[in-house]
Amino acid sequence: MSYSDRIKEVIDGSDVTIFMKGTPAFVMCGNSDRALQALRRAGAPVTAVDVLPDPAIRQELSAISGWPTIPQVFVKGELVGGADIVEELEASGELEETLREKLGEDYSASRDEHTVALA
Amino acid sequence: MSTQPLRDLLERAFPDATELDVIDRTGGGDHFQVVVTSPSLAGLSLVEQHRRVYEVLSAPLADGTIHELRIKTKGAA
Repeated sequence: MSYSDRIKEVIDGSDVTIFMKGTPAFVMCGNSDRALQALRRAGAPVTAVDVLPDPAIRQELSAISGWPTIPQVFVKGELVGGADIVEELEASGELEETLREKLGEDYSASRDEHTVALA
Repeated sequence: MSTQPLRDLLERAFPDATELDVIDRTGGGDHFQVVVTSPSLAGLSLVEQHRRVYEVLSAPLADGTIHELRIKTKGAA
């Protein structure tokens, strides 16, 4: 079975996607947590995908994004980066700026957090 | 492993770096923090800058030598 189509669907169809180890309710990795917390501080509406249920999810994701590590954060289909970049952009205010630009001024009003299961 | 092999790879890839550091974050030889400031990264987005570092370290990343990598890059000199 291939995950690529579903992965692209989620990336393109969601405002903000984070591919992470675990779920927002039960984060399984410190770096995934760092990225998630930065997104929360910025008030981002987050769609989370857990890559742990099947190693193929991570392999196919990295093939699509050209990014080797987890987490990976996308805004409107575009890779923003991993935990280091997301933290850096949040600290400088650029993350909120990008979110306003791409999602609209009131992006955090629709703020919600949900999880999509691929496997 | 020690930080030296990683430092060698980065120094070869970024000979003009004004800041280049590899830190073993946990002392266990597999969680590393890499810092690179280089004019050759100027004009690139953070995603592109980090991609350059991932490419340089692709071998130790692929074989599991690097279990976790934190990256801090800057384009200016």
